[in-house]
Amino acid sequence: MFDPKAIERIKALQRAWEADELRAFLERQPESRAAWRTGSGLPVERVYTPADVAGTGFDEIGLPGRYPFTRGPYPTMYRGRPWTMRQIAGFGTGEDTNQRFRYLIAQGQTGLSVDFDMPTLMGYDSDDPRALGEVGREGVAVDTLDDVEALFAGIDLERISVSMTINPTAWILLAMYVALAESRGADPNRLSGTCQTDILKEYIAQKEWIFPIRASLRLVRDMIVYSAERLARYNPINISGYHISEAGATSVQEVAFTMADAIAYVEEVTRAGVAVDRFAPRLAFYFVAQADFFEEVAKFRAARRVWAKLMKERFGATRAESMRLRFHCQTAAVTLTKAQPMNNIVRTALQALSAVLGGAQSLHTNGLDEAYAIPSELAMKIALRTQQIIADETRVASVVDPLGGSYYVESLTNRIEEEVFAILKKVDALGGTVKAIETGWFQREIADSAYEHARRRASGELPVIGVNKFVEPAEPGAVEVHRVSPDVEARQIARLRATRARRDNARVAALLDRLAREAADPTLNLMPVTVELVQARASMGEIVARLREVWGRYVETPAF
Amino acid sequence: MSSIRVLIAKVGLDGHDRGAKIVARCLRDAGMDVVYTGLHRTPEEVVTAAVQEDVDVLGISLLSGAHMTLIPRVVELMQAAGAGDMLLVVGGVIPDEDVPALRALGAADVLLQDTPPDAIVARVRELVAARQPR
Repeated sequence: MFDPKAIERIKALQRAWEADELRAFLERQPESRAAWRTGSGLPVERVYTPADVAGTGFDEIGLPGRYPFTRGPYPTMYRGRPWTMRQIAGFGTGEDTNQRFRYLIAQGQTGLSVDFDMPTLMGYDSDDPRALGEVGREGVAVDTLDDVEALFAGIDLERISVSMTINPTAWILLAMYVALAESRGADPNRLSGTCQTDILKEYIAQKEWIFPIRASLRLVRDMIVYSAERLARYNPINISGYHISEAGATSVQEVAFTMADAIAYVEEVTRAGVAVDRFAPRLAFYFVAQADFFEEVAKFRAARRVWAKLMKERFGATRAESMRLRFHCQTAAVTLTKAQPMNNIVRTALQALSAVLGGAQSLHTNGLDEAYAIPSELAMKIALRTQQIIADETRVASVVDPLGGSYYVESLTNRIEEEVFAILKKVDALGGTVKAIETGWFQREIADSAYEHARRRASGELPVIGVNKFVEPAEPGAVEVHRVSPDVEARQIARLRATRARRDNARVAALLDRLAREAADPTLNLMPVTVELVQARASMGEIVARLREVWGRYVETPAF
Repeated sequence: MSSIRVLIAKVGLDGHDRGAKIVARCLRDAGMDVVYTGLHRTPEEVVTAAVQEDVDVLGISLLSGAHMTLIPRVVELMQAAGAGDMLLVVGGVIPDEDVPALRALGAADVLLQDTPPDAIVARVRELVAARQPR
């Protein structure tokens, strides 16, 4: 990007500065520590100059909306419309969460995002003994299509995009979503939104699973293929680094492991004979915005460039849409503290800013009460207002990739990209993503990083305001905590039983038999039979239990 | 003196194992014998394992909010198994107002988020030392 002679002049200038001003200054006042590192542990220099990016051609940085998409997936980014403000919500029954959705829409939220309770995520009905104490607690309870009807009552699914945070049972939720839209006469090709669906990162990090890896991958493939054929605007998967980060990975590992998962999905679908350009444009991503501000901005930029190169060079994609990485972002829950909870508003605002400067397509900002419970209405409103202030008051959205060209950010972007490709090479050498999961490689890497982080935090090397620095006595009742209403479980179970009593049980049984037969043949797509099952009011627990008989269950070898 | 034996367990459906694994490693590094159950265990599985391993301390991690349902069940099973002298320590995301209730149920202590690893090690040693010799 720079004339080599100019680089030589700059290097000479810097050497002179080091010998003169810098040296004299350091003698008077030494720096506060010997070495400086990013949150991921990458070395950080004192100051950056064109010499640090001398080897970077402008084509590596480029222009937004054009390969390699370093600067953003679209040419105008937030000048067309701001990112989607998408606060996740979910608790109690479908009706309870529907109320929260309406509240958030009334506050100016522009997309919906659903959190499901643990039994729904893991494929247990609300009346299963394993669900005891967990119904409607960490998210909304869904057993049958009737619950999804209540969840989206009065919400126009052709007009608002809906993201569903669900993985092992994602295909059932997608089937319910499609069945609901069709029952209302909506055109499936006009549905927009995302299902998380990323099962590989579950084995790696979030740890919600049901079936063995191969069977789970087949379900992901079925969803991607089904969506490519029938849901033109829907993202059937959100390949996620967020949980990998929350489990303890560094930001470099987050991107690398996410890309390793993405590679496995692309391989799985292309193996089924679907051309990469037919489905890749609908693959979406999801990253965290962690605490190291510039590293995060660089991370998002590097992730876009890595994906573009992978798609073009490794998979031979030819459509620009296949190479263009789009991502949802969430601020880092793990950085939020129970002590001095109001500080969390500030942390979240800064993390959100890095997501915006990094070019996120949609954003969830965490509630100040994150370390206490699922968020209260007030906590969610402040979090949403934080995004609105960034969008409307700071003017950071006026220019696309405003940090592009910063010597530091460009240099860090290059470094993260290199590190990510090095890790991907290692994963290939280990026999690929699935193999590396089976041997526990990712899991050990993350546990090591988490342990290291905990040690650094305990030693005070990693300051956390209010926890290991500027500590104050605890204030009891500092925040009002969301409480789950005690009758949720009873209400939910009553509805499930009423649905079971009303439906045609013979038809459900026949469809479950068909599901078991089709599951045994890996060439078949299980989406159509699942849509019929949910229309017949089969419950999620029944569908999952039947498939467990066919496929068995995943067993992790726990290590720490 | 033989080393302190600890079972770290995840009960219920939540998959948050970052903290449990860090605690397990810290206790092991401090010289304790540590077994980790892995995720998604039922109270029955956990208490059976704790009895079989003959542990001094059963550490249960929950971040799902289901502690007021699952911990009473664990206590009940411990009593039924005659493991009354085993120390139960609860950790995770637990609202402050539930802490006295968990202690009243029989938890030897409730260690909340942001408890430094060294403090956890010290507390476990202290609890075991204060217990009647077995």
